Order: sequence, then structure tokens, then C-alpha cells
Amino acid sequence: MTASAPGIDDLRSRTFPFPFRHFLSAGDLNIVQVTELLDLADHFVDFNHRASKKLDLLKGRTVMNLFFEPSTRTQSSFEIAAKRLGADTVNMSPRSSSMTKGETLIDTAVTLNAMQPDILIVRHGSSGAAALLAQKVGCSVVNAGDGQHEHPTQALLDALAMRRAFGTLAGLTVAICGDVAHSRVARSNVAMLSVLGAEVRLVGPPTLIPAGAEHWGVEIHHDMKTGLKGVDVVMMLRLQLERMQGALVPSTREYFRFYGLDRERLSYAASGAKVMHPGPMNRGVEIDSDVADDPAVSLIQNQVEMGVAARMAVLASLAHRLDNA
Amino acid sequence: MARPQPTAFQNARLVDPESRYDGPGSLIVSEGVIADVAKGREFKNLSGDVRVIDCEGAMLAPGLIDLRVKTGEPGAEPKETLKSAAQAAAAGGVTSMVVQPDTDPAIDDPAMVDFILRRARDIELVNVYPAGAATKGLKGQQLAEIGLMRDAGCVFITDVDHSIVDSRVFRRILAYAKAFDMLVAHRPADPWLTGDAGATEGDFAARLGIPAAPTAAETIMLERDLALAELTGARLLVDQITCAASLEALRRAKDRGVKVHASVSINHLSFNELDIGDYRTFAKLDPPLRSEADRQALIDALADGLIDVVVSAHAPAPAEDKRLPYAEAAPGSVGLETLLPALLAFHHDERVPLVDLIRAVTLAPAQLLNLQAGRIAPGAPADLVLCDLGAPVIVDADKLRSKSKNSAFDGRRLQGQVLMTLVDGRAVYRTTD
Repeated sequence: MTASAPGIDDLRSRTFPFPFRHFLSAGDLNIVQVTELLDLADHFVDFNHRASKKLDLLKGRTVMNLFFEPSTRTQSSFEIAAKRLGADTVNMSPRSSSMTKGETLIDTAVTLNAMQPDILIVRHGSSGAAALLAQKVGCSVVNAGDGQHEHPTQALLDALAMRRAFGTLAGLTVAICGDVAHSRVARSNVAMLSVLGAEVRLVGPPTLIPAGAEHWGVEIHHDMKTGLKGVDVVMMLRLQLERMQGALVPSTREYFRFYGLDRERLSYAASGAKVMHPGPMNRGVEIDSDVADDPAVSLIQNQVEMGVAARMAVLASLAHRLDNA
Repeated sequence: MARPQPTAFQNARLVDPESRYDGPGSLIVSEGVIADVAKGREFKNLSGDVRVIDCEGAMLAPGLIDLRVKTGEPGAEPKETLKSAAQAAAAGGVTSMVVQPDTDPAIDDPAMVDFILRRARDIELVNVYPAGAATKGLKGQQLAEIGLMRDAGCVFITDVDHSIVDSRVFRRILAYAKAFDMLVAHRPADPWLTGDAGATEGDFAARLGIPAAPTAAETIMLERDLALAELTGARLLVDQITCAASLEALRRAKDRGVKVHASVSINHLSFNELDIGDYRTFAKLDPPLRSEADRQALIDALADGLIDVVVSAHAPAPAEDKRLPYAEAAPGSVGLETLLPALLAFHHDERVPLVDLIRAVTLAPAQLLNLQAGRIAPGAPADLVLCDLGAPVIVDADKLRSKSKNSAFDGRRLQGQVLMTLVDGRAVYRTTD
């Protein structure tokens, strides 16, 4: 963004390499590390608009996507990021392969490790799965979502989208709305936004706010009107439709009536407030299309674009550390 | 509609639970509200357009608010309709009744709440407030549309006689309802312990050979409910507490600051297990009648305020459901018309001060529902009951206005005759009718 920020070409000569072998949790990072990643990602955003989008920062490296849960956008976002940095990529979906018939997560990891990948990108339905793998393999591990724990690259891309919209995150008020209890996106965002100096509010019915969240350094609201009052960013979360079964929410129409984001609810927020959503959206359940599709307020399409750049920044930083190990 | 002229009720015994006033006085009703109150005196120099009623010392109190009324509408109209229940209510001095959602179909969505309110407006007798189901179809599994029902006019949520057994579901109901400041009523009963019991376990039920359950079935579930109310911070109404052991649990929870309130039915205050007598199915209730020690403990708890509310537990059941062998008979008793005179027994026996008895059927339920009623004060709705406290009454079930005549009080000698009932200043019942 600014001339003093490290450029892509400066990366090879960076003085302070990324200090971690893995990228597991937004909560691991301090403000300097996050800011460096965001600066780097900013350059990749511009780079991604070039006709030729190929770099050699990961040349010769093998990046393996290991997605135990189905995902379209995150997996392709990582794959594109790795390819643009020059890596060879392999996609493994253990659910549909014969590899995991009766095999434990660690057995799978050891098997894959024997193929000598350099970076393993893992999504798994159990909290802590990425950290467990990281202890058992010799390569770098990127957490692409573990259960209801963390999704740190999502928090990074969200921070990038917000920083590009507002210039800085310090002093911003961000309302994270909806199913916080089951959301790894929410947990990573709470951690990263707090590090960056933003104020965070969690808004949702009490059944969808985890017990004890009042100790996370956030404000908790059960009413959209008070929860959105004066906020700069409204981050909506996806409501899984199976939540109706567990007595968490009565119906989609009641949910939309009280916790959905429409034009009127958005008017409680500060003027110029932006709307975000990690996708995929349930239109008419947590968000009204009228708001989601309005480019004047919605950052939702930006988020997808930022995803590739943010993941390139993470992969490049991990590779840089590998080069200098 | 012509405006009814202002009316002065002179020379009454005013009972106002809000100010704890019980003494002579007068009041003026105008445009549906209490316009003026004169405690200890009469109004002098009233203008000519004011109608004057000399109460001759009869009690003038806020109209009763009954939190537990079942009708058969919709789905079982031969038992009771909203209209027949409203007529019974008016005759009993009950000016507001909360109808239970265990109808067919159940009141578990905003359209059904709206239906009840629309029917009540058409009948235009007493105030009718719908309670909504806590779970869809009262099945104890999925949340009902609590927020939408609240906006439609539902005053609290309850699964009525169905215990919500799944503690996780009940916890989520409480947590969710809290965000909407919705009162959750739950009747504590462990259904595995109660089974098909029709009486309380003990010597008497054993002699009669009736399937019976211990009071622990109630206390076990109550302790769970109290723990979950404390965990979630929600407002809980214990729907019909019936035994001494439960009162202990309730007292401990209230002392801890849990937001809990409790109701008791007039039946459990008035009868004990021996009233089943010779397989008298009119005394078959759900929860069943308890021991005399439990009944005495309930009266004491009402006197000291541990129990907040008294309800009629009006549960119409037609003769064909009652004239059966005891075990096969439907439980429940109608109660709208007998609630006030039965309650006055504790005043006549000098067990509970009159103002506290009135409070438990007026101000206390009004506060639970956030209603303006339940008070004798300028500006409060003119929902009033005028009652001759001393007049003797022999309950004759056949003369009750309910379509079903299943009164546990049939033949009972009581004192207290409702002379007039007003709703929003309109006389909806007069003895001379």
C-alpha cells in the first residue's frame, strides 16, 4: 500500500522472516506479524490483476490440500494461491479416497508426510486436528478450518478487506452476528480483530453465543438493534440449517425476522458501514439479497478476491521461512 | 358505540394489593379506566351524569387474572369454547384469562396466537391472553417461534402438561426466551416416575389400588428446572407447585436470587388425597391431590409469599370422560367460577390476609405478564370484581356456565358471591342477570 511496505521482490531479502513453521491460529500472531502479512497480501492483490500471474517464490515446492470436509471456495482459493506462487499442488479428499478406510488421522498424516510435501493445507471437522497433524509431520501445516476452533486465513482475508475499505482497523467496531457458537470464522476474527485494535461485538440469540464468550474481551448483544448500533462493519455468519433440529433456533423465518440483516437493521450501524459474510450465504435466512448484492455496502465479493491474496501471503511467508531454515 | 357514563362505586370495601390497602372506600370508573380512588371515604357532590352504585360494604377488588385456563377451542369445542369459558370467567370475577396452548392444533405459531386473540375480540367478554407452546406441537424437541409469537401477543410459553424431558432442549428454551424477555412456564414432573399415576403414592392410594406416583417426581424435575433457570438467567414460572419438598427447593432458589415464580392451583390448596374418597373422579387431578401436610405447607407458602400466584387450573372434561372407572377417567376440574369463593375460605379461616389472597390472583400475575391491571389506582384498567364476601354459596356443578361440569367443588359450601364483574368498565356479569 505504502512505499515503505515490503514488496514482493523484497520478500527474499526480508530481515525478519515469518517466525512460525505452521499457520494454525490467528491467536498466535502479534500485531507486527499480522501487519506484515496484510502488507504483503496488499501487493498480491495488485499482482493478481496483472495479465501474467505467475511468481516463483514457491518454485519446486509441493503444496498439498488435505480437505477432510468438502469445500469449494477455500480449497480452490488455496490451490490458486499456491499455483500463482509457482508451487506444484495436489488435492487430497480423504473422504472420497480409499486411503482413510479405517485409517486414523495420524496414519494419514504420516503416509502423506512420506511423500515429502512442503506445505500441508488441512481442513478437518474436529477442533485441534490441524495442530495434531502439525506435531506429526515434517512440513509446514496451514489450518484451513478445524472444527469449531479456527479458520485463521479467513480472519486474515477479512482483515485485509476491512483495511482496504477503512484504511486501518484500529478503532473500528465490528459486529459479528449469528451462529457464533459453531463458527471457527468468528473465533479467528475475534482473535485477529482484537490484536489489530478493533472493538468486537458478538450478536445473536443466546443459544448461538457460546457460554463464557463474555470473557473474550467482546461485547455481547442478543438484540440486533443494540448490537449494530454505530458499528462500522457488520459481519454476518452462515446459519447451518440443521440448527433448527437442535432447539437452537425455531425457524428460518423467525431467525430472519430477529437476526437477519436487511436494510432497516443495517441503518442502525454507522453511516458508511460495510457488510461482510464468509460465504456461502443463506439468502433470506441471515442476509437479505438487497444488502448482500449492493456494492456500495457489501464487501462480500471483495472477501473472495482478498482470499487468494491473503493465502498467497501466508504461503509465501511460510516458504520464505523454509528457504531460510 | 355509546360511551358508558362514568360510574361511582360508593361505600365499598376496597382491596388493593399494590398499596396493600384493605378498608372502606369508593372509586370512579370512566372511559374504561379507574378515574379516581377515594380511600376511607365517599365521593361527595358528584355531577349529575355520574351513575352511582352503592356497594353496601361489598368487596371491590381488581378482577382476577387466571394464568391457567384450558378451553377446547380450537379442536374440542364440545368440552368448552372460548365463549363458554369467558362466560364462566365473568361469573367468577375473572377478568383476564390465559388460555393454554394444548389445543388442536396447538398454539405454537403466530397465526394461532392471532386466531385466539381474534376470537376473543369477537366474544368481547373478558380479556383473553394466549400462552404459546414452548416447543413445536408440544413435543419437547424443536423450539416454537417464540419471538414471532411474542410479537403476535403471546404472554408466556409453556408445554402445559407435557414435561420437557430433554434438559438440553429446556436449557435452550430458557436461554432463547431470555433474549425476548419471555416468561417460561413449566410444570415439573418426571414422566417416567409419574407414568399413568392418578394419585399420590401412599397408604390411601395403595388401599384403593390406584396407580400412584411419589411427590419426588415433581421435586426432581423442579430441581433441574431451577438449576437451568439459574444457569441461563431466564424467568421461570413453576406451573403448579404441589408439595412441601418442592417448596423447600423453591425457597432455596429464591434465596439464591434465581428469577423464579411459582403458582399453585386452588384445587391443591382446597383438597387433599382423601377427597378422592370412594373413587370420586371429579377429584382426579393432574398433578394428583397430595397429603394434608402438603396442603397445609402450600397454604403457609401462599401466606408468606413464597408462592406468587394462585390459578384455577380450569380443565374442562365432559361427563363421558369423567364417568369412568377412576383409572380411566380424565383428570382435571373446571374452576373459573369457584376460584374466588374457594380462595376466600383462607380469609374466612383467618389463615391468609385478604389483601394477600387477592394479590395472588391479581397483581402478582399481572406483574408476571407486565400488565397494567391488578391494581386499584387511577389510570389502571377498570377490570374489577364486586363480591359479597360473606354470602354463602353451595356449589352446584350443573349450574356452572362451563360446557363441562366436572367441578371438584361440587356440593362444597363456600362463602363469597360475585355481584358484578367489570372489564374495561363494562359490566360483563351481574348477579341479577
